[in-house]
Amino acid sequence: MNRRTFLHGLAAALAAGSVQLVRAQQGFKPFPPAPTLGTPLQPIGTRAASEAHVVRYISNTLPSRHTGAAFAPIGELDGIITPNGLHFERDHAGVPTIDPKDYRLVLHGLVERPLMFTLNDLMRLPSENQVYFIECAGNGQNGYREPPEPALTATRSRGLVSGAEWTGVPLRILLEEAGVKPEGRWLLAEGADAAAWVRSIPTEKGLRDVLVAYKQNGEALRPEQGYPVRLVVPGWEGSIQVKWLRRILVADEPAMSRGETSEYTDVRADGRIDAFTWVMEPQSIITRPSGGQLIEPGFHQIRGLAWSGFGKVVRVEVSTDGGASWQEARLTGPVLPYALTRFVFDWNWDGKEAVLMSRVVDDQGNTQPTRAEFFERWARNNRYHYNAIQAWRVGADGRVQNGDPALAVGAAPPMQAGGCGGEVFDG
Amino acid sequence: MVRVLLALLVFVGIWAAAGGYGIGLPLTDEQVARYEALPIVRPSGAGLPEGEGDAATGFEIYAFDCAGCHGPNGEGAPFDRLVADAPFSLDLPPHRFAVGNYWPYATTLWDYINRAMPFASPHNMDPDEVYALVAYLLAENGIIDADTVVNAENLPRIQMPTRPLYRVDPFTRQLFPWIELP
Repeated sequence: MNRRTFLHGLAAALAAGSVQLVRAQQGFKPFPPAPTLGTPLQPIGTRAASEAHVVRYISNTLPSRHTGAAFAPIGELDGIITPNGLHFERDHAGVPTIDPKDYRLVLHGLVERPLMFTLNDLMRLPSENQVYFIECAGNGQNGYREPPEPALTATRSRGLVSGAEWTGVPLRILLEEAGVKPEGRWLLAEGADAAAWVRSIPTEKGLRDVLVAYKQNGEALRPEQGYPVRLVVPGWEGSIQVKWLRRILVADEPAMSRGETSEYTDVRADGRIDAFTWVMEPQSIITRPSGGQLIEPGFHQIRGLAWSGFGKVVRVEVSTDGGASWQEARLTGPVLPYALTRFVFDWNWDGKEAVLMSRVVDDQGNTQPTRAEFFERWARNNRYHYNAIQAWRVGADGRVQNGDPALAVGAAPPMQAGGCGGEVFDG
Repeated sequence: MVRVLLALLVFVGIWAAAGGYGIGLPLTDEQVARYEALPIVRPSGAGLPEGEGDAATGFEIYAFDCAGCHGPNGEGAPFDRLVADAPFSLDLPPHRFAVGNYWPYATTLWDYINRAMPFASPHNMDPDEVYALVAYLLAENGIIDADTVVNAENLPRIQMPTRPLYRVDPFTRQLFPWIELP
């Protein structure tokens, strides 16, 4: 490729939106002259100034930035742990400021002994460390757009997911301290945000593996992740993992709060509406090369993320011919249940148009549907739980665009995207 | 299965009563009541305080506190549409989902208005005002008559038109066979 076509491609990619240059900068360049003394020691480290463009995506169609979502820039990240400042965020009424000295967690309702815990109380109790993904139920919401949007990026396709190591006290311990009565089959968890966000969780799940978390990747939770304390509910949709957790009411019925009725319920293709769609389906996405990027012919390591709310990733398959044939990718790094898993696949691009896809298989045998298969089960006006295979089309010019197929003509009318990222367009 | 689970919960209860780590401050009923100042209202009506309101009163509050975000008569923009302009169907785009064509429980409306509205200054309404707003929105959606006075007694009994479409997610049903929708 000569300089003119390179610049042409660059301009086109810039016009297409978020751009990442994967192309290596060629050419001889001597070391720069010896620098003067560098930056002195700092109490806290910061990112390289030249990495400042790696930020979360926030839709410019949001009517308010106090509700909506910021997408983790997964198209520009590696590994299975999301840096804390880049962890995706979904708020329903802004981020509250909570003084840890004033923090109280109250456990009451159908319990033998109502209890109140300070932050210090929670930290004194036995702790667990677990690497879990958290994913918004609305992740993948741009897949509801029809026809598919050519300029889609990996970040906007599946960036409402992040991975972290969470430290906290198992909720089971708190429930045992309070003594749940037999009829207390529901935990109604409430946050301290302005919307006092409420979700209902079966006590059975709370006794099994829910964490009352106060640390994220070793440091205190970020305010936008629920400082000082949030629930982490492995494998389940993000909105049930109540941030700024301030009380748990043990009850004999669910709250049927707004967040589990008018939002976070799912419309099926048969017209039924499913409540309590908690488990996040198996997902995978190729993050490199992905939409908005520009590649050159030759060797590439295809890289991506896979995860499943049902358990552990056992296999990821990659196709470079639009799904005609599939080959097994290599899992690299820790492979943990309910955690992001990194896959890689060596690929030599011959410079001809190619369509890249990935699909995951989890330890329960679940895999991802094609786009057409997905819409056989879910309605076109559903808003959540989109987990169809994401395709990336690599053009002969090296530009990578959304390669998702349009749905068959004549079905339902074109449908707006929906859900929590503010990617709705009212048409 | 259910019996085993109940036995397990009873066991857990007895074990905990015997005392575990001794961390956490036991609360008196009066102290708990203070934490319950903002009730979590359930479909049975549990959590609903005394009070009442009608649609005419509700419209006055709505016009002042709500119309700026939800439209003069609940038609939405810039925020959510509240009053349905069509029944639920597979062709209805999500931005037209509203109380009358999507919300399965009337109690949710009381709970959400009381805990989260108005968006920028929540927790500032007394129970009568919340009942009145609920009455206005239910009447505007054609679910109750305009002269119905809504209170803790009748709110849980109001049937929402879309409730019959709801079911427990089939996979969740497998995991927790005991779960039923209220």
